Amino acid sequence: MVQVRFHGRGGQGVVTSAELLSTAAFLDGHHAQAFPMFGSERTGAPIQAFCRIDDAPIRAHEPIEHPDVLVIQDATLLHHVDVFAGLARDGVVLVNSPRHPAGLGLADLAADVRAVPASAIAGEHLGRIMPGTALLGALAAVTHLVSEASLAGAVRLRFSGAVADGNVRAVEDGWAVIEAGAYA
Amino acid sequence: MREQLEGSQAVAAAVARCRPEVIAAYPISPQTHIVEALSRLVASGDLAPCEFVNVESEFAAMSVAIGATATGARSYTATASQGLLFMVEAVYNASGLGLPIVMTVANRAIGAPINIWNDHSDTMSQRDSGWIQLYAESNQEAVDLHVQAFRLAEELELPVMVCMDGFVLTHAVEAVELPSQDAVDAFLPPFAPRQRLDPADPVTIGAMVGPDAFMEVRYLMHAKQRLALARIPVLAEEFAAAFGRESGGLVRGYRVDDAEIVIIALGSLLGSIEDLVDARRELGERVGALAIRCFRPAPLEQIRGALMGARRVVVVEKAFAAGAGGVVGQDVRLALQGTGTPVHDVVAGLGGRPVTAASLEPIVAEARAGTLPDLTFLDLRHDVVERELARLPGAVA
Repeated sequence: MVQVRFHGRGGQGVVTSAELLSTAAFLDGHHAQAFPMFGSERTGAPIQAFCRIDDAPIRAHEPIEHPDVLVIQDATLLHHVDVFAGLARDGVVLVNSPRHPAGLGLADLAADVRAVPASAIAGEHLGRIMPGTALLGALAAVTHLVSEASLAGAVRLRFSGAVADGNVRAVEDGWAVIEAGAYA
Repeated sequence: MREQLEGSQAVAAAVARCRPEVIAAYPISPQTHIVEALSRLVASGDLAPCEFVNVESEFAAMSVAIGATATGARSYTATASQGLLFMVEAVYNASGLGLPIVMTVANRAIGAPINIWNDHSDTMSQRDSGWIQLYAESNQEAVDLHVQAFRLAEELELPVMVCMDGFVLTHAVEAVELPSQDAVDAFLPPFAPRQRLDPADPVTIGAMVGPDAFMEVRYLMHAKQRLALARIPVLAEEFAAAFGRESGGLVRGYRVDDAEIVIIALGSLLGSIEDLVDARRELGERVGALAIRCFRPAPLEQIRGALMGARRVVVVEKAFAAGAGGVVGQDVRLALQGTGTPVHDVVAGLGGRPVTAASLEPIVAEARAGTLPDLTFLDLRHDVVERELARLPGAVA
């Protein structure tokens, strides 16, 4: 089982990101589950969401305490909330940041830290700072947990029209950032 | 076809396929997504004929459901927490009048202090209300229980609560197989009440009943609940035959047959408990689990039957009776009367505190060692409560 924990602030689409990842995994033929921790999201408040992906049915509905992958949608949380609690030593961390990972103050972390300029990508394709889909594209490129096609499929199940198109392009750009190795 | 859906959307779709004719609801977290989805289905005409009645309170929601059901309309509502408490007077009327309303409760803590997160305090407070209470372990089961609930309610003329953990299930996205409309129609015939309010053929429903007959009415409510004990497993079998999956029934054992320690729980907690059981089994420990899927009527014989080999029983429950102890635990003690098997109450997850396989592991260890107290509050911050208690007369710090 692979466990992904999402951190962000209310209003940034954190819960939607976890749900989209679970739907992409489902479309790839896996068992998947996503849920928020737990409701009462308020704009700007730190929140978490979770996604489990497995080839066997997933029974547990408990919060993820030991994630394999972290998605940090808001870099201002890095030094305010213990976002790294329980992270696997060989885990993967995706941070929404235009800075090189070396500039994030995370040198002590053994995990594979990648920075993705997801807000800029979202701004370009969506006209709004909704960094989730760019980060999901990057996540897929690093981990190959889900295919790029299934991420696009999940986006199109959730959104329609220009919003869907913009989010699919954000997924592609997030993937491309990792492929290019620009911020690794 | 399996779909990756939020629990609330899945339940709304399943309820719609049960063809309710009247839905009356007032939104409250974490139930809101369910009734929002149903209101959209009614507004779009996808669920027809059906009237969605926007009411000003939960009390009105249940009252509308009572009136609608009395006229012969299949009726549905959903609520949680304070909303359930606010409708309580009408909740008792629904069961007293034998009206087969189905209500989803998205289980949530009761204030004060105000708390929107999951526990079972809301539905446990309605233990004695005369409603049947079914608890879903997953969103698939929540979907399936609603289809069975309408059939059960209408056959026995009793209302049914389908209880699903708020947020933990209502807001969880996971794969669900939605039953097809044709399959639901074949399983659930149209509502055909024995009597109904009809101006052309007037009857009175709900007249005052004096000491000469009140006790008989109440006895019949009890007797119908006991009939449900026989009917629920039959419907679960029929459902399994029609839909190809097992859902519902009274209790469900997991690796329980040769288990020395059995952990009992209700609802979504069972998933983590089953993971824990598997982990302890790997170490050679004979641990098992028992899911109580039907809490009311109390399946005492089935609980006793499942626990005959157990050396010790641990009941993990998300509610408790202040000043007494566990609620479900009392039922289990009643079921085990005369066996001498120790029953331990573990109150866990109040107000949404996470309960995990890891947090329950020490409980299993203590149960095996024989050191588990009769009543434990899991992960209680003892320093906090002891500081408070130290101020009070007679306190033992």
